[in-house]
Amino acid sequence: MADAVSTREALRVVGHPVARHDARDKVVAATAYAADWALPGMLHAAVLRSPYPSARIVKLETARAAAMPGVAVVLTAKDVPRNTVSTDVPGQTTAVGPLRATLHVLAEERVRHQGEPVALVAADTLELAQAAVDAIDVEYETTPGVFTPEAALAPGAPPVHPTGNLLAQWRVARGDVTRALAGAAVVVEGEYTTQLVDAAYLEPESGVAWIDSDGVITIRLSTQVIEHFRDVAEVLQVPQNRVRVIGTYLGGGFGGKEDVTVEAYLGLLALKTGRPVKMVWTRQESLLARAKRHPYRLRYRTGAAATGEIVAQQIELLADAGAYAYLSALVLLYSTVTAAGPYRVAAVAVDARVAYTNNPPTSAMRGFGAMQTVFAYESQLDRVARRLGMDPVEIRRVNALRRGDTLPVGQVIETHVALPELAERAWAALGPPAPSRAPHVKVGRGLACNFQPYGRIVWLHDWASAWVGFEMDGSLVVRCGCPDVGGGQAASLCQIAAEVLGVGLERISVHVSDSALTPLAGTTTASRQLYMSGNAVLKTARELRAQLLTVAASLLRAGVDDLDLEQERVVARDGRTLPLPDLLRECARAGVPRSHLGVYHAPAGEPVDLAKGSGKVFPDYTFGAHAAEVEVDTETGVVRVLGYAAAHDVGRAINPQSVEGQIQGGAVQGLGYGLMEEVVVENGINLTTSFSTYLIPTAADVPDVAAIVVESGEGLGPFNARGIGEPPIGPPAAAIANAIEDATGARLTRLPITAERVARALGLLTEGA
Amino acid sequence: MIARLVLNGRAREVEVRPNQTLLEMLRDTLGVFDVKEGCDEGVCGVCTVLLDGRPASSCLVLAAALRGRAVTTLRGIERDGGLHPLQEAFVRHGAVQCGFCTPGMLLTVLALLEREPRPDRPAIRAALEGNLCRCTGYAKIVDAVEAYVRAEGGRDG
Ligand code: FES
Ligand code: FES
Repeated sequence: MADAVSTREALRVVGHPVARHDARDKVVAATAYAADWALPGMLHAAVLRSPYPSARIVKLETARAAAMPGVAVVLTAKDVPRNTVSTDVPGQTTAVGPLRATLHVLAEERVRHQGEPVALVAADTLELAQAAVDAIDVEYETTPGVFTPEAALAPGAPPVHPTGNLLAQWRVARGDVTRALAGAAVVVEGEYTTQLVDAAYLEPESGVAWIDSDGVITIRLSTQVIEHFRDVAEVLQVPQNRVRVIGTYLGGGFGGKEDVTVEAYLGLLALKTGRPVKMVWTRQESLLARAKRHPYRLRYRTGAAATGEIVAQQIELLADAGAYAYLSALVLLYSTVTAAGPYRVAAVAVDARVAYTNNPPTSAMRGFGAMQTVFAYESQLDRVARRLGMDPVEIRRVNALRRGDTLPVGQVIETHVALPELAERAWAALGPPAPSRAPHVKVGRGLACNFQPYGRIVWLHDWASAWVGFEMDGSLVVRCGCPDVGGGQAASLCQIAAEVLGVGLERISVHVSDSALTPLAGTTTASRQLYMSGNAVLKTARELRAQLLTVAASLLRAGVDDLDLEQERVVARDGRTLPLPDLLRECARAGVPRSHLGVYHAPAGEPVDLAKGSGKVFPDYTFGAHAAEVEVDTETGVVRVLGYAAAHDVGRAINPQSVEGQIQGGAVQGLGYGLMEEVVVENGINLTTSFSTYLIPTAADVPDVAAIVVESGEGLGPFNARGIGEPPIGPPAAAIANAIEDATGARLTRLPITAERVARALGLLTEGA
Repeated sequence: MIARLVLNGRAREVEVRPNQTLLEMLRDTLGVFDVKEGCDEGVCGVCTVLLDGRPASSCLVLAAALRGRAVTTLRGIERDGGLHPLQEAFVRHGAVQCGFCTPGMLLTVLALLEREPRPDRPAIRAALEGNLCRCTGYAKIVDAVEAYVRAEGGRDG
């Protein structure tokens, strides 16, 4: 458990909007991203990808390509020491039998989605590598595919994998839903459709690998997970300690750099050629074949009492995993746990399934399955409120979870739930209503709340470690294997160390993200880094402080509790001081280490049977409420967001400016999801493989997001912080849909809510027009 | 072929392929990594440079066609060896998250302020339309520009 909150006044660095050290480097372009790296004699790599979503490879000959001048090597599946990697999905239910989900490094015999990697080339230049890719002699024989989860699960559907097309299924059954629905004053039924979207970070997947002077295969790349060095070792069939991953500062991740991207290919090519190799995916490759967010079909029957209390939720979820499993089973688990929303509901039935198809694979993306459900449960709640003539804030206040309540999966909520306050504040922040510009332009408002787990599933036994140590001159070094995706992860660790050890931020060097040299701290995913690495640094710094102050206490003949560390001095309560370098010299003499390695273990638990509602799934949740004001042109269907406010209880804001940045950035990604983004795939063929067809919000598309940071002082992170990386992306789509109904009376149930879909809902277009 | 340009104030002649873009020449041939690559088709703006003072997507410019034009990258805007006050404003106002869009953003803003020294928020947003940012939601970038404009206005009298 986290320690009790100290008062804000007592904190020197934590809680203040300090400028981030990495921002200083980035504004002068001093940060070397993964592609900003070159080594002498470096080769350039390119990938041959399948043009078909479902086909057999009937011919694959590489001799001509390999013989081209300047080409170092051409590799296919048969050259990969271990081409099949099993994806580990702990906690998988037995409902669909043991999961035997596998990934292939390079396609073997069959391709299962368009863009699937078939062969690799490394050559002296990128042009030569691309020419060699074109010279590979490959022939395919197309085979029937399945392109929707419904089709995939229909009897007789062609199997994407020998294990069948049902990848995973989770169920929740609490109370008697049929009876509760029968007794409800209102029942609202809805079917919602969410789309395939891309993380669309501006930095494409990229890296450079080389065999270092110690013989270790070293891969420097843009990744959220340096611990994939183990997967690379498995693929190469070398001991894990012969592979090192150096993670760079990322040009964005959002979950899209959680799975293996370029590292296995780079490791293979460096091993086979003995030369440094660079691989940078083009935007087209990234959009074509990178794992994306799952499209869902969500069916809800929601029953409510006349008081607005939700009495029943009957929920059916169906998700599209695409061609490979990746993290789909876990994404679906997040959906299952969050399906009924952050509300007390006595009777809940969830049946959630995810199926293989021949579409691009789907996996982690910011929000991780707890996102698609928000669109459905908040649209449903809004419709209930309308039917009952209730105010949107009021219906959420009536239903909000409270501390001590139990989720349908059996988890007890142990921390404060600020939902009513968040909803009120977000709603109020919209200010006076905007006037309508013309009679055909209607203005309306919508509210949407969410809850998002932070930290990993408790039965994954999560931990993070950190090393903190002083140099002789009193400057401080922090080492922590915590990839920085741009959210200020590294800078927050500095703030925490500075707080505990009384050192100025400018006197701290932080090393993150090197599997060989920084103590491992797990993935930068699941909104877990501040929680996990933050706690690891806090614990380590506190232990180091105690170690040093013991020496200082004997020097100053004072009690340890009477001493503080401040501005690189020991300060005694009676006013005496001791310069830190003097103390450090004394520690060296006395044989007391000036550094410390600490480990933080998250509260763990046993696997939960969701259907039986047997217990805790996640460490804790972050709650939020967003309010939107939109105008809808009822002649064209064009929707413009006029105002937007997003409130989250972050427990404690370690850096309020970074927290606001997460909220604003997440909300705008959520607006993109709600209004414009869609990877369009027709019969397995991706039609949106460029930024001119896959549209993300520009500065002119969105308003300023007012970020409302609420600090309840209750969270499991350092200084009682909660995770805030993912939560803000959840509510926007529902807030917009609710605002559109408020403005026009039309209910939009399919994302993204484009002008064409609004026009159709308003009856301006007839089907097929 | 030879590309002739003035790069950050220094005349350069660089051997290039006929189809090589300015972006490829800067990054691959000259190792000028302060210009980023995000889409290679003129949409994202992370490859922005100033071409005779105007923002241009370097992925759309052929190096061989430069004919002596002035190319400014982020490294070319430092003032007296220190940070440009606009860079300071970006740091202070939290306008930088992953930072991949930042070099292009800064150059686009500087060009805007040349044309229009006192832009309001909508004008700033309109000018940034060609520079995508996936992290910040843009608000703090606009905040930084606004703050810079206010401070510079004060300084100019
Ligand atoms: S790389 Fe030039 S605009 Fe995207
Ligand atoms: S800060 Fe990441 S793209 Fe702008």
